[in-house]
Amino acid sequence: MAAPGGEAQTTAHVGKRRKRPRRYWEQTSKKYNSGGKSSDGAKQKAKKRRGDRRKKRKGGLSGEVESEDPKLCEQTQETGKKDNSGEKSSDGPKQKAKRRRVDRRKKRKGNLTVKVVSEDTSKKDNDGEKSVDGTKDTADENATKRSDAKFISGKVDPFPGEAPIPEERLRKFQRGNKFVVPEEIRSKLKDTLAKSQEAADLAQTQAARYDLLLTEDAGFLEGDEGEDTCTISQDDIAEAVDITSGSKYFNLRLTQFGPYRLDYSRTGRHLLLAGRRGHVTCIEWQTKNLMCEMNVMETVKDIKWLHSEAMFAVAQKKWLYIYDSNGTELHCIKKFNDVLRMQFLPYHFLLATASATGFLQYLDVSVGKEVAAINTKLGRLDVMAQNPYNAVIHLGHPNGTVSLWSPNQKEPLVKMLCHRGGVRSLTVDRTGTYMVTSGLDRKLKVYDIRAFKPLNSYFLPAGASCLSLSQRGLLSASTGDIVQVYRDVWGSGPMTKPYMAHRVRGTVWGVGYCPFEDVLGVGHAEGFTSMIVPGAGEPNFDALDMNPYRSTKQRQEWEVKALLEKVQPELISLDPGLLGKVDKATFEQKHKERVETLGYDPLAVEKFKPRMRKRGRSAAGAVEKRKKKVAHEDQRDVIRKSVKERMEKEKEKKRKDSAKEQLGEKTALDRFKK
Amino acid sequence: MRILSLRALITSRGMKVKVLCRNPDDYVRETTRDIQRVPRNYDPTIHPFEVSREYTRALNATKLERIFAKPFVASLDGHRDGINCLAKHAKTLSVVLSGACDGEVKIWNLSKRECMRTIQAHEGFVRGICSRFCGSSFFTVGDDKTVKQWNMEPPGRGLQEEPLNTILGKAVYTGIDHHQTEGTFATCGQTVDIWDEQRSSPIRSFSWGVDSFSCVRYNPVETELLASCASDRSIILYDMRESAPLKKIIMQLRSNTLCWNPMEAYNFTCSNEDYNLYTYDMRRLDVPVTVHMDHVSAVLDVDYSPTGKEFVSASFDKTIRIFPKNSGHSREVYHTKRMQHVICVKWSADNKYILSGSDEMNIRLWKANASEKLGLLTPREKAALNYNQKLRDKFQHHPQVRRIARHRHLPRDLFKQKRELREMKEARRRKAQNVRKHSKPGSVPLVTEKEKHVVSVVE
Repeated sequence: MAAPGGEAQTTAHVGKRRKRPRRYWEQTSKKYNSGGKSSDGAKQKAKKRRGDRRKKRKGGLSGEVESEDPKLCEQTQETGKKDNSGEKSSDGPKQKAKRRRVDRRKKRKGNLTVKVVSEDTSKKDNDGEKSVDGTKDTADENATKRSDAKFISGKVDPFPGEAPIPEERLRKFQRGNKFVVPEEIRSKLKDTLAKSQEAADLAQTQAARYDLLLTEDAGFLEGDEGEDTCTISQDDIAEAVDITSGSKYFNLRLTQFGPYRLDYSRTGRHLLLAGRRGHVTCIEWQTKNLMCEMNVMETVKDIKWLHSEAMFAVAQKKWLYIYDSNGTELHCIKKFNDVLRMQFLPYHFLLATASATGFLQYLDVSVGKEVAAINTKLGRLDVMAQNPYNAVIHLGHPNGTVSLWSPNQKEPLVKMLCHRGGVRSLTVDRTGTYMVTSGLDRKLKVYDIRAFKPLNSYFLPAGASCLSLSQRGLLSASTGDIVQVYRDVWGSGPMTKPYMAHRVRGTVWGVGYCPFEDVLGVGHAEGFTSMIVPGAGEPNFDALDMNPYRSTKQRQEWEVKALLEKVQPELISLDPGLLGKVDKATFEQKHKERVETLGYDPLAVEKFKPRMRKRGRSAAGAVEKRKKKVAHEDQRDVIRKSVKERMEKEKEKKRKDSAKEQLGEKTALDRFKK
Repeated sequence: MRILSLRALITSRGMKVKVLCRNPDDYVRETTRDIQRVPRNYDPTIHPFEVSREYTRALNATKLERIFAKPFVASLDGHRDGINCLAKHAKTLSVVLSGACDGEVKIWNLSKRECMRTIQAHEGFVRGICSRFCGSSFFTVGDDKTVKQWNMEPPGRGLQEEPLNTILGKAVYTGIDHHQTEGTFATCGQTVDIWDEQRSSPIRSFSWGVDSFSCVRYNPVETELLASCASDRSIILYDMRESAPLKKIIMQLRSNTLCWNPMEAYNFTCSNEDYNLYTYDMRRLDVPVTVHMDHVSAVLDVDYSPTGKEFVSASFDKTIRIFPKNSGHSREVYHTKRMQHVICVKWSADNKYILSGSDEMNIRLWKANASEKLGLLTPREKAALNYNQKLRDKFQHHPQVRRIARHRHLPRDLFKQKRELREMKEARRRKAQNVRKHSKPGSVPLVTEKEKHVVSVVE
């Protein structure tokens, strides 16, 4: 494999001067420093301030400078003089020489002045944070540490304490809301809660800090000024990037058995292609190493990798088949017939299939059992997607509805009307927040599937047949033989132009992003196209979850671990964190338990039994009247009681308020008052 | 690595593009002798289902804990009659003393699991045994109305086993305990006597209208305090410096033994004939702090762990149980097919083992924590164990996890007895409820389980 490092180094001399990577604290300083107008990082700002100070000094406004940290302004003054070395100054020659010596010493010690100034900015943004949010403990911590941050040599540490973590990043690692400890709970429980909260906070900050160590940055594509990125062709991109990346744009001309559907394995190393006329291929696509190729001599509807690259499932004309990566048939599952679409739920080891007969079936691939077979009664199911956040299956129907399914329920969890025609395609983003659907009404709609609300709706002149979302939220939509990629689909502003566009040779049949790569695979009537979409893939993978570079041994180990923590299908629900929440006993439950221990119901009200009366006064109507009277009387009691309570409460409040007011104008004589 | 990847930014035609391109050298180990590189990313979005996965792990950890729960370590056989009393060596972990019903005392080495020495100490039962605080000698009392002091060291070759000291008393002694720091000890029989090691008559004797005592124990912290169980269903507290006993609780049934909590020495737990154990606070004796229920027959002995967080109890129902000090039910029950009525039990001073002496002449060594792995642990093992423990704690209240964690196999008759007791208790509760329902409100008060068992407290 070609090493991209060497390639990159040779080109770097040709290209523009490398821009210094922007650090996050600079971003925060930009965010909070409302005074600085220049947006180009702290360095420039520092420069500007230096310049300002110089001007001030010239004008004799040194008092202004002195109001800041004395050490700091001394140094800045000196730098100002250093910069002004060309100009004549009114100081004597002795002093000048002394100053020059100091300057030289500074030069030797490195670029100290810049550092000090940048510390100043960081301090400022800390203050800004404090003013924004009164209780910022990280900032406080830093402030306390800062006071005694001195080296042994007596020099002040320019970056004392821990680097501040921006709010936004902390929020990324927050699990749930902070628990508000009620006043009335026991102290032991309070301690436990406080301890667990502390542990959670520590975990959050540590995880947020770890973000600094992430090695890769996401890709991007920026056009020239006034140039749309969608006009940049794949050839241009492939030419511009290094060889390894450029080789990720390629076409496979497979005209005989098309159109093709595809699936990338979860590590992103392996690719499955399935032509409708029976051609099944399995490729290690980066090395272009063919693992197996065969023709199953039957119509192939869909293809899917199972948990690892050792096995895959093929939905053929009649039944579902499972092959291993050498192409050996392992199983023919006749319980699963006429399957049109499949989804694999990796953490549950479930293969969900949707069939032409309207059945949604779940196969547990770890034990080979059918977990659930649901008759949806909604006709042919050829639009299917999974929600990676909660493992709920989304099905699109010809009447324009989208239904959400879990294996535990025979009815859909949710049914929502999304389009005025049939649903053509749908996809869900990996945070489980957004669903994108396209329909025969030629609309592309974005839904918030936590609140089940439509967010955006776009009109595509030709409609979109295949949708796919990348790990970083790029949407690819294919219309005919054109694949378009959109950015910020659920952003607030209207989306006008696609981020990228590409025309393939035949009608598009399947699209899919490669995980952890900036690559979009397109299966079409004339074969397969792999195109480069910068910024699509997650740059930093977690090797304990999915490692594209794993060895066989690591894969085996991962497989054992993954099987051990296989999530049971019963746990699939709309909220995957439900298991971690407190199950609060309802009033009824508590009451029932109380009745059981006491042996009687303390809240029971004896039912009114009207006495038998004579002379027609026990006629049904009269009895009913009496009953009503009593009931009304009871109700009146209740109302009277509640009114009284409310009055008392108000009185109490008034009394308290007046007491407070009186406290405000307290005199020494007040103590004699009653 | 960051710099390399940024160099993928190239300009031509004025556009800027960067594509993800990883150098495999950064992700694959260099040689096969290296450890694998494992880059992490803690972003929650690439770790979905964290709660359910953690729950699955917790469930697995709970199952594993039950699978590895093999508490029985060894059986020490050699006695020719039932074991009546056990004592720990005051200084050495591996030495244990046991007295049997035929008057024989054996000294055991636990690490070798063998008997080091056998002494025919008394005629009739050895009723009590205790080690001196310095560990140089030990005391025994027996049915032959004597108190004997023995050297911990074996006698020289060819010499007879002779006690260092023998005291002839007037009545049978039933128990003995030694002071923590001084040369005095206490025996109980018809009275509670305090002895000086140098004298042959007690320096003090206490009695409070009782004819016999079954157990006496020194407080481990407030060393002048004593507590004893008497046959008139009472527990009596003494101060050695005073001439009269301090306090007495009278319970509904007799207590057999008691043990002070070594860490919170104002608490003690007594094992009672009514199948329960009671933890009392010395300062407030009218209501026990906790009632520990689970045994299905009289409880014969109790001993605290050195941490004071748990205690073990031996019962006539052929089981031993481990209770957390503030829980009403046991966390663990140990039994074997061959173990008969357990007479005495001790918790080892390193908090790892439990010793039980039973009727069928065996001393059994158990692990205090049933699923603990013995021997050295590698750091990875340790980390895994800690992680599993934390997971189990976190999900302990989930019904599935709790069911597995609580499940213990019991012998059939024990199980039936337990069910029977539960039914009886339920019937009693129902009856009380019915009585309450059909009486004037407030005339039949609710009496809690704690309040039921204390008859009175006498100062």
